[in-house]
Amino acid sequence: MALADATPVRPRASALRQLARSTSVVVGGFIVAVMVTIAALAPWLGTRDPAEVNPSVRNKLPGYEATIRDDEGKKVPVAYRLGTDSLGRDIYSRVIYGARVSLIVGLTVSVISISIGLLIGLIAGYVRWLDGIIMRFMDGLMAIPAILLAIGLVSVFRAGLFAVVLAIVVPEVPRVVRLVRSIVLSIREEPYVESAITVGTPTPLLIFRHVLPNTLAPLIVQGTFICAAAILIEAILSFLGIGIPPEIPTWGNIMAEGRTLFRVFPHNILYPGLFLAVTVLGVNMLGDGLRDVLDPKMERRG
Amino acid sequence: MSAYILRRLLAAIPVMAIVAVLVFLMLRLTPSDPAAIIAGDFANDQQIAEIRSKLGLDQPILTQFLIWIGNMLQGDFGESFFYKKQVAQLIVERLEPTISLSLLAIVLTVSIAVPLGTLAAYKQGSWIDRFVMGFSVIGFSLPVFVVGYLLIYLLAVKLDWFPVQGYQYLADGFGGWLHRLILPALTLAIVFVALIARMTRTSVLEVLHEDYIRTARAKGQSELKVLVRHALANAAVPILTVIGLTFATLIGGVVVTESVYTLPGLGLLTVDAVLARDYPTIQAVILLFSLAYVLVNLLVDVAYTLFDPRIRY
Repeated sequence: MALADATPVRPRASALRQLARSTSVVVGGFIVAVMVTIAALAPWLGTRDPAEVNPSVRNKLPGYEATIRDDEGKKVPVAYRLGTDSLGRDIYSRVIYGARVSLIVGLTVSVISISIGLLIGLIAGYVRWLDGIIMRFMDGLMAIPAILLAIGLVSVFRAGLFAVVLAIVVPEVPRVVRLVRSIVLSIREEPYVESAITVGTPTPLLIFRHVLPNTLAPLIVQGTFICAAAILIEAILSFLGIGIPPEIPTWGNIMAEGRTLFRVFPHNILYPGLFLAVTVLGVNMLGDGLRDVLDPKMERRG
Repeated sequence: MSAYILRRLLAAIPVMAIVAVLVFLMLRLTPSDPAAIIAGDFANDQQIAEIRSKLGLDQPILTQFLIWIGNMLQGDFGESFFYKKQVAQLIVERLEPTISLSLLAIVLTVSIAVPLGTLAAYKQGSWIDRFVMGFSVIGFSLPVFVVGYLLIYLLAVKLDWFPVQGYQYLADGFGGWLHRLILPALTLAIVFVALIARMTRTSVLEVLHEDYIRTARAKGQSELKVLVRHALANAAVPILTVIGLTFATLIGGVVVTESVYTLPGLGLLTVDAVLARDYPTIQAVILLFSLAYVLVNLLVDVAYTLFDPRIRY
């Protein structure tokens, strides 16, 4: 029983400690936490209705103050911290509320892509006769540049949040499928899995006990990178005017609206752009750090 | 060698065939009837039916696909719903700005990123190394259009060095062409320098520990020659691979950049086509860009043999 006295191996605890020591994880995690807080507390951060149009305060510079009538006709002072757009909407409120849309899109896209990709990847790894067909199909999907595929897909559906999420999910799925399939194929070669197969472990149990736990770390890392890519592509689609309908405040929509008067009022583009860049940076740093700790063998995808 | 190129070309055909099926199916899912779009708002049912049979839309879906792919292979991409022109002609007209922008961006990227990455590897742990590593994370997260507007704001609006928007055709003078293209190309390059410099650093770093580098130094070769002739030449293959793989991202960047700087290229055409629901144009552009992506990666594979004579096929 001498072996039992040896120092117990606790990978979980050490992984957590490693995560806390990684600069990327700490900085990235902090940025993401701040953005989530901003998104969650948007109505209580001194914002106004982000969709409220007010013709009397169109195109104002940051810091503009005005007295406007509220619903009951009383005069109230209003400070437009980041100025207003060409419809007189408050940029500050729109940027703050925009965090909600970005984070929702990022999270939904990564959860859906990972789920679909995991399912198809498991099928490709286990059903031999389907493997060739699925992977050729995925090769075809990956040969279409992601943004173009998303642009093509939004042109097919009616514009809306769901259409945009779907259009971003489709180009991401093949990458998850490839990852899961390669993990399945390498796990099947492991001696302990071969022994499990020999003693007659049913395939579903095998998947739950041996395959899924091994996919967890790479999928968390991949999911983080997908989240960052999704936030970026959503902003691009909105910016090009083909994404989420313009009345919904998203960072891309605010920038698209600010394009015509950019020379005079650059803040309409620069503030939402700053929020977008910092958020994507935060999520990417988190992914980088998670990869270094959880999955050192994995390379960042191009 | 030529047998290898032929084999790779043949392998690209099924991929492109699947892309074609996907693009065809994608636009058959549309809720709207293409015939009704072409006919316009004031057409009656009979006129719509006529257009439908003229386009072959009343045929079974497999027949439609075969007709469509047959036309594509002959260079007939159909007629644009919106521009009322042959899509092939439309694409040829829009080709110059897109090719100019992509090439200039690639040239700028490589001429900044490769020396930067090599230097970072050579002086591992120095401030320039830390700069390259830090910049690569930031560059990867910077949205192309935010970079674009920042550059416009600083270099075009504030300093007035460059025009804000627009394109000048090469035929109207090289100087004006370059002057109007530098800002868009720089916008794209900033993002890609981050990626390529990091990859260059990694692969040069790997090579620098090889025995032949020590041998080259031992025989008294200058450090510059060691870096360029021995290290960089051997690190070229992975760098080339990354350039090939990031080509898809570059295409996405081109679409956005053309929109920011209103360059009348294929990217702007794509966005306009989506806004106008001009399906034949959307299909053609997606197919064309995918073909370019597949071909560039094919070229990269073939170029390996030039950079690394050890790779023989």
